[in-house]
Amino acid sequence: MAAGERGPPVIQDIIAWLSDPAHWTGEDGVLRRTLEHLGYSGIALVIAAVIAIPAGLVIGHTGRGRFAVVNLAGAARAIPSLGLLFLLFLFLAPRVSGDAAFLWPSLIALVVLAIPPILSGAYAGVESVDPAARDAARGMGMTGPAVLLRVEFPCALPLVFSGLRSAALQIVATATIAAIVGLGGLGRFLIDGQKSRDFPQMASGALVVAVLALLVDFLFALAQRYAVSPGLTGRGARATMRHTEVAVRAAAGETEAIRPVDRSRSRQ
Amino acid sequence: MTTRRIAVTIGTAIALMSAAGCGSDSGGDPLATGSATSSAGGASSITVGSADFPESVLLAEIYAGALQAKGVDVSKKLSIGSREAYIPALQDGSIDLIPEYTGVLAQYFNKEAKATDSEGVYTELKAALPETLTVLEKSAAEDKDAVVVTKATADKLGLKSIADLEGKSQDLVLGGPPEWKTRPTGVPGLKKVYNLEFKSFKPLDAGGPLSVQALKSGQVDAANIFTTDPSIPANSFVVLEDPKSLFAAQNVVPLATKAKVNPTVEGALNAVSAKLDTKTLTDLLAQVVTDKKDPDAVAAEFLKANGLG
Repeated sequence: MAAGERGPPVIQDIIAWLSDPAHWTGEDGVLRRTLEHLGYSGIALVIAAVIAIPAGLVIGHTGRGRFAVVNLAGAARAIPSLGLLFLLFLFLAPRVSGDAAFLWPSLIALVVLAIPPILSGAYAGVESVDPAARDAARGMGMTGPAVLLRVEFPCALPLVFSGLRSAALQIVATATIAAIVGLGGLGRFLIDGQKSRDFPQMASGALVVAVLALLVDFLFALAQRYAVSPGLTGRGARATMRHTEVAVRAAAGETEAIRPVDRSRSRQ
Repeated sequence: MTTRRIAVTIGTAIALMSAAGCGSDSGGDPLATGSATSSAGGASSITVGSADFPESVLLAEIYAGALQAKGVDVSKKLSIGSREAYIPALQDGSIDLIPEYTGVLAQYFNKEAKATDSEGVYTELKAALPETLTVLEKSAAEDKDAVVVTKATADKLGLKSIADLEGKSQDLVLGGPPEWKTRPTGVPGLKKVYNLEFKSFKPLDAGGPLSVQALKSGQVDAANIFTTDPSIPANSFVVLEDPKSLFAAQNVVPLATKAKVNPTVEGALNAVSAKLDTKTLTDLLAQVVTDKKDPDAVAAEFLKANGLG
């Protein structure tokens, strides 16, 4: 089959391109471009998280503004990043000098892309907290903000993280648009490769972006594993063991675990 | 159940194989869209293509309109991309005709192309074309690449020509299309012909809104903008002269596959070329770019006014 003969050379071209050390080092090498790419992605993700996580938590906690924000975030998902990038550049170029006129539009486009998933992760996380846990926290005398920060937020972490994860994945995959307005990042290989018809370069760039996106997703999965309370994930034998241990000790008459510590204080 | 599953599997396999077969026919361009159906279609059916900037689209619309008026069956595939993308499309039959510019086209096929005057470039181009392609009569309209600066920059640095940039270019940021980084008429040419090294090269677009805006607001100090661009008079940009003719003559010329050219096609396109000059083209282009009129409407008006539509 003719197509079969044509397939492997493309892959060989990519392998040849990627295994040429000259393509990895220097000002426009893969390593430098990857760092730039991660730079844009990281900054955009932090900005988006700083905006969207508090907003999502407050909305989930109070239930106020839910309708407006949910719909706005939904609508924001439909904004085409590329269109927004051009619009912002044409708007900002006369107002900002130097490279900032290329950088800010790219970052804003990525932040707009990342806010909806983070926001919906945060408020959905808070909303899905077990009402019994919330009631218990209030019963213990916690104030509203304390309930939010010490009970609802930790319980919401799995969903907050999944919001962050999907935002990070989208940002890393989309940060290639920065190259359209003359910035660096891995998009350079895609744009330059396409424009000068250097397809091995273009395909290699696409491959590196894909690998990077998967790697970032994996790292977030790892971070999620260690940041979320074991009591929520049900992971790890330790949590179960401690509960068992307490029960066993209690049964054996060691009252330490169930001693009414706070009684004397609450009388004051 | 099992029989059906086998049938579906075989059917899928066949579909995949034939799809893969199609792919291998289209000259190995993984970006090729649509089916070329190069085998089908008679002598008087022509697919007109264009590059991805407004003037090329406008010229393609003019060619398409002129051919249609002569009874040729025309289909259009516009805004294909850069030269590196559409020449192979011509060669594999995805398109049959595209508006081109003599100088860059000659240099595309012959990197050693030396002529810079209109006639010399045209002769050299005809010699350099591959067997299957041909150019018709060139028009007087010329749209050259140019290095353009703002009036303020030109006044401050005393710039009239590209040569004046020597000794000053290392402090200037140059903007241009991404392919300028490697193209002989781009950054390598400026170094070779004028010995210019810029502070940096910003890959933007081919004389499009990014380049114009970036030049206007100072993100780049010099930009590649085409001589017929309406933004030049609109922003009082200064087109730097090109005394060493880095940018060769760029007369608008129809480039076609030889097999698709017959006397009807030739007559229609040569009549168009006879009516085009740089000023006409700039005016028509301004209607598209500045007045936001549809290229096909502008093309139709031009053809009608010249008795070609």
